[in-house]
Formats: sequence, C-alpha cells, structure tokens
Amino acid sequence: MKSLARRRAVNWLMTGLCGAGLVIALLPLLSVLWLVVSHGFRALDLDFFTALPSPVGETGGGVANAILGTGYIVAIACAIGVPLGVGAGVFLAEKGDGKVGEAIRFTAEVLSGVPSIVVGIVAYALVVIPMRRFSALAGGVALAVLMVPTLARSTEELVRLVPGSLREASLALGVPQWRTSLRVVLRTALGGITTAILLAVARAAGETAPLLFTSLNNQYWNFSPDQPTASLTVQIFNYAVSPYADWHDKAWGAALVLLLLVGALSLLARLLTRSRFGLSR
Amino acid sequence: MKIDVQDLNAWFKDTHALRGVTLAVPQNTVLAIIGPSGCGKSTFVRCINRMHELVPGSRQTGRVLVDGHDLHGRSVDPVDLRRRVGMVFQRPNPFPTMSIAENVAAGLRLNGIPGDHDDLVEQSLRKAALWEEVKDRLHHGATSLSGGQQQRLCIARSLAIGPEVLLMDEPASALDPIATAKIEELIRELREQLTIVIVTHNMQQAARVSDATAFFYMGELVEHGPTEQIFTNPKESRT
Repeated sequence: MKSLARRRAVNWLMTGLCGAGLVIALLPLLSVLWLVVSHGFRALDLDFFTALPSPVGETGGGVANAILGTGYIVAIACAIGVPLGVGAGVFLAEKGDGKVGEAIRFTAEVLSGVPSIVVGIVAYALVVIPMRRFSALAGGVALAVLMVPTLARSTEELVRLVPGSLREASLALGVPQWRTSLRVVLRTALGGITTAILLAVARAAGETAPLLFTSLNNQYWNFSPDQPTASLTVQIFNYAVSPYADWHDKAWGAALVLLLLVGALSLLARLLTRSRFGLSR
Repeated sequence: MKIDVQDLNAWFKDTHALRGVTLAVPQNTVLAIIGPSGCGKSTFVRCINRMHELVPGSRQTGRVLVDGHDLHGRSVDPVDLRRRVGMVFQRPNPFPTMSIAENVAAGLRLNGIPGDHDDLVEQSLRKAALWEEVKDRLHHGATSLSGGQQQRLCIARSLAIGPEVLLMDEPASALDPIATAKIEELIRELREQLTIVIVTHNMQQAARVSDATAFFYMGELVEHGPTEQIFTNPKESRT
C-alpha cells in the first residue's frame, strides 16, 4: 500500500511539474500579447486605418499605406514564390528519389537556414542594384526566397500523403504522368497545400529584415511595383527608433494590426485544415 | 487471340516474380487467374497494360501481344495502350475530390476533353449496373458510396474510356458477398463486349465467372485450360 501512496505522490508531482512548464512557456507569449494590445489599442482609430502618415512633428495620421503595402509586397512574393515552391515540392514527391532530388532537398534545407537579412542583401544585389531603386518588387523577391524552401518541403510531405492507388487509377485510365501529377495528385493535396501557403504568407508578412533595403519605405501611397513601398514591419521599426512619443504609439498600433493580420491568417489556415478533415472519409 | 503472352518474365529488383509465362486469351472470354498470394498474379495482369514498368526497379522480358501487336513495340505508347486496356484494382479507388459523375467522366476530363459527358456517364453507369442506385445523387462525393458501389463506380470509370480489354485485380476481395455477387454478374454481362482477365483468390469465384482458368504458383504458370477441366479434372497434381 505504501508503494501505491508513493506512486500517487510522484504522479501528482510530475503532473504539477508539467503544468508549471506549460505556464512558464506560455508566459512570454501572454506578456507579448498583453504588451502589444495594451499599448497598441490606444493608437487605433479610423485615421490609423485610412490616413497617410503625418509629417515629422505633427500628431495624427495613420499607416494605411503600410497596411496596403504589406499586402502588396506579400502578393508579389506569393506570385513568385508559390508556383516555385509548390512546383518544386510536387517534383520532389513524384520524381525526387534520385540524386537530383537529394540535391534539391539539401539546397532547400540550407536555404531555409539562411538568415532573413542575408536574403535581403541578396535581393538588394539582384534586384535593387540593377533597377537602381528600392522597389516593392525587390521586397517581394526577398520574401519569395524565404517562402520557397518551406513551401517546397511541406508540399512534398503533403503530396506524398496522397495514396498511390489514386495515382495508379489515373495512370490506368490512360492519363499521362504530368496530367496525373497536376490534376489528380495536386488536386487531392490542395487543401493541405492551401494551409501551407497561408502559414508561409503569415511568416513572410512578419519579416522586417529582408525589406529594410529592398522595398525600403514610403510616406505616400504606392501602387507600382518599381517604387519604394511602405510595409507595416519597416514602419514599426522606423517609428519605434524615432524620438517622438506619437510615433511610438503608432508603432505599437501597427504592431497590433500586424499581429491581428498574422493571427487571422493562421486561424484561417487551421479552419481550412479542419474542414478538409471533415470532408474526408 | 486478343491477348497473346509469350515467355514473359518479370522482376522486381532481384525478385523473379514471373517465370516464362506463355498463354493466350481469345476475344470476348473471361480468363481467371488463381493461385496463392505472391505467386505473380497481379504482376501478370500489370504487365498487360504496362503498369508493371512504373514500379521502380522492375524489368521484364518476353512478349505481350494485344491484337497481334507487341506492347513493347516502338510505336506503342503506354498511355495510349492503357486507354485500350482498362484496369480495376483490388481496393476501390475513386477520386475523392470528384463527384460520382466526375469520376465516371474522369478518363476524358483528365485527358483534356472538357464537358460533363452526361450521356457517357449514364451509359457507363448502366453498364456497371450502378445507374439506378446513384442517378439521383450524381453530384455527391464519390466517397459517400459504399465499398461495393465504389468498386462498380471504378468499373464504370474504366468502361467510360471504351477499353477493349478489362483487367481486374481481385476486384471483389474487399467486398461483402452481396456486392461480390453483383460484380460477378457484371463480369458475365461485360463479356459480351470485352475481353476480361480477372485475378482472384477465390476458387468458386473463378469457377462461376470464367471461361478459362490459369493457375499460377511461385511465378510459374502451372496449368491453363477451360475452367471446367481445371476444376474437375486437372492434369497437374499441384493444381
């Protein structure tokens, strides 16, 4: 009986330790959330979402161009990165068993380990210098480079999950290999791939370093891909290091908006995953 | 002879799965292939529509002729061949992202012929004896059907591209007795239009549906002849 009591005590102790670990792990997350919400909420008003930044020394104004700019740059990044990443992933899953596949996989792994600021420098050298100006395109290229390796690996995993029997069914119907890959295998994995894309977008939207010397910043609206463009993350950086109290508030507000955007994307990704599982057998 | 197999050998890497098989199937007959697990039955049918060569590390020797043409002849495109030699697999494998109707029309749509192909869908489902059961829910997901219905859907899908030969790899092994009976009845009807090669574990099934039976053992063709003779008066003691 004594051993039973002891076992119970150890059980309690261990459960308690695990719980404590959970609380300690969650503390930083909660404190970040609390800090951003409590500081950022004050800055949010209608102007914040609709107006341009105010000139130095004046209060008021908003970050509407940065919100739009982030969307714009991320859209360019998707236009470049999604076809490349998903295409590479499908290739790796369908044909990537040889040496070429190994090489691509290794490259993707190395690429995903490259610090984002280095990616920014590469985009600077490849796009900004030849074009002789900072641009949304350069920012999009930098973010696309960051998206490709993660997208390629997760697409590969998802495509490998598609049962081989479906591939055989399609081939046995006299469908060529490439159409089978595209219209049966990719389509079956599409739900998961959508989720992977949304998560990649959420991560890309939160990047500052690769944008600092690619898309730079802009005080005004910009809709052309060859001009410097404002983004939320760079705006936060600039406002946060400025000496003005009003800009500090704006930085907190922008941080909150960014957090909400990324959170909404992650949530959407989770919902899509759930409905995908709901559809399956 | 619709299908003529001459001295066919097949390997998976180092495993010699088929050893010098020679047999022929006349037009509009059903050939049943029986034998224990791993004796090369599935490999044999997969050689007839060149699905075998899709397995990494596989190779084969010998000749397979359909309508007198060597399948490995230079002018034969495996994709084109598979449109003439359809295949039904052991487990029902409808496309889960497509509706019932889309599944039947998949062979055409995936090959880039757009449209709903309503007439073809109805015809094919009728041939597969599934029309009455699904006509009111053609646009439901294919996975909402029962296993037996899914398998008949797969048969309809194969029939829709108008094959001359239908290969069936244990089409009823994952099904209950009633669904199996339906599939067997279907095979007897389809013989009017097609040449069928069916792999089965089930001796009674072979006796019920086939004109000729081939018994495989350890990759070798042990005995091949009219079904009645194989079952009542086998020449080989191993049978």
